[in-house]
Amino acid sequence: MSLEPQIAMSPTPVAPSRRKWGRGLSATVGFVATVFLTFLGLLAITFFIGRVIPIDPVLAVVGDRASNEVYEAARVAMGLDQPLPVQFFHYVVNVFSGDLGQSVSTGRPVVEDLSRFFPATLEMATIGIIIGVALGVPLGVIAASRQGSVIDQIIRVVGLLGYSMPAFWLGLVGLALFYARLRWVGGPGRLDIFYDGLVEPVTGLLLVDSLIKGEFEIFWNAVHHLILPASVLGFFSLAYIARMTRSFMLDQLSQEFVTTARVKGVPERVVIWRHAFNPIRVPLITVIGLSYAGLLEGSVMIETVFSWPGIGNYLTTALLNADMNAVLGSTLVIGAVFIFINKISDVLYRVLDPRAR
Amino acid sequence: MAPMLEVKNLRVSFPTHRGRVEVVKGISFDLGRERLGIVGESGSGKSMTGRAILKLIRKPGLVTADRLAFEGVDILRQSEKQMRSIRGARISMVMQDPKFSLNPVMTVGEQIAEALVTHEKLPRREVNERILTMLEAVRINDPKRVAGLYPHEVSGGMGQRVMIAMMLIPGPELLIADEPTSALDVSVQAQVLDIIDDLVTTKGMGLILISHDLNLVSRYCDRILVMNSGTVVEECAAGELDSARHPYTRGLLAAMPTIDESRDELPVLDRSQWAGT
Repeated sequence: MSLEPQIAMSPTPVAPSRRKWGRGLSATVGFVATVFLTFLGLLAITFFIGRVIPIDPVLAVVGDRASNEVYEAARVAMGLDQPLPVQFFHYVVNVFSGDLGQSVSTGRPVVEDLSRFFPATLEMATIGIIIGVALGVPLGVIAASRQGSVIDQIIRVVGLLGYSMPAFWLGLVGLALFYARLRWVGGPGRLDIFYDGLVEPVTGLLLVDSLIKGEFEIFWNAVHHLILPASVLGFFSLAYIARMTRSFMLDQLSQEFVTTARVKGVPERVVIWRHAFNPIRVPLITVIGLSYAGLLEGSVMIETVFSWPGIGNYLTTALLNADMNAVLGSTLVIGAVFIFINKISDVLYRVLDPRAR
Repeated sequence: MAPMLEVKNLRVSFPTHRGRVEVVKGISFDLGRERLGIVGESGSGKSMTGRAILKLIRKPGLVTADRLAFEGVDILRQSEKQMRSIRGARISMVMQDPKFSLNPVMTVGEQIAEALVTHEKLPRREVNERILTMLEAVRINDPKRVAGLYPHEVSGGMGQRVMIAMMLIPGPELLIADEPTSALDVSVQAQVLDIIDDLVTTKGMGLILISHDLNLVSRYCDRILVMNSGTVVEECAAGELDSARHPYTRGLLAAMPTIDESRDELPVLDRSQWAGT
């Protein structure tokens, strides 16, 4: 459909490619603009929510026994005496110059804290989602292609368990079994205590940093510590992904074009993977993206159980201490992750589905 | 010589919560290299007959027959693997609506290529040549461009021609066309049927044309089966349709308007005449 006017309007063969290039450029500009606007909206929402909640950030700094003069001085020093729009403007300018303020509870700049805590969560969530996708998608496809069989029933029960089991319980049982009794995995924390601080952080991801430095012993130690919490997270996303994959596949397998493929004499394996699975990659990306974003928010339960210095832990501590700069900073990072994952999904849609181009 | 397709006492049934329901209740017919039309209203079992011949009725559906043989091969005794070498290569089927029967994320060319290379291992260049020739045979003017399009980029009529190309490219001996034109505009219906008719006749294939349109079937077929609620009620040559005897066929014929119509009202089918048969 879209090709006909293009051909009609382009007498020379050069024209279509130039048009395509121009379209690509304007698409990129539009893309950057939407990301920027979404981010600005996110900043506004986190900032104003941060200001309207009944927590007094000044009190958190000066303590509740400070005199009025000290209190006022601190308020002015923090810029809280200015009107909200002005405060917001300063905040936005600061954020774009890479300054999220000072954390009250740790005494360090929030940016520094986040660059320490977020990679821990990123590492765990990434391994978790890889486990979830690598097992969840094939399980869902197998369940759907043998609907009603014993295998299908087993996969459905596993999925149900993933939905209904509390994360902290599974984490504790995992620790009790695989760490305390079997000694297969490392205990809480990201590394054994005597390895701590031996690797200079480059990316903050221990697996990457230790490999860069060639410290294989530390790498394996980090793997030992990471594998259990990541598997627990992976199990929850596996359950969700497998269930969604199964229902998407069942929907596709009843479509006419699947029958067409069978009429052509195509082997069942090809019918399932090429004809039924390929069209569901787009909705699956949404499911996986949301699931990954959910893990990146930091699972407070898992991080607590495994003493994992992640962003979920950091945010909770900051909230309890009324450490507003830290709260806003963490919220911003989490929001940015959501925006980023959504935008990546949008790009992948266009790659995978010709109808969305 | 035995006919190409023998069907004797074919039954198709599905379980429901009130017991098994038969949708095809013991039909029999033979087919040579000719054009057979199966007509009937919705739910008369005509599509199920077509799918049973390709063994496409999936569990829990059940197909039984005293004999269901294609070129002497007992279809019901074939394994899934053996059926795959028959489907597409020897018996093929054009489905109803190209909007749903073409894979939305594969190009037209890829889908046609798949139909061919599933049965014949050919070098890429030859596959491409065969696709272009086939697309020309179904009267697509610009085959190179069309082969690179996705199904949502082609019209219904063109989609159905692509479907025909895809189903005929491995060179089957029997083509089942399951309501191939009911999703199309009236203006392109004749076009599509002409193409099917042309290709089937020149290749000397057998054709089963499933439709609810008596007129259409009598124009394009040699022989007609009229089906009603799972049974064949009338079997006759296309030219003898006017002398059909069964009250259902007579009723259908009487309900067809003609161009110089003088009746004020068209008659309605009186089902009491054949209920229970």
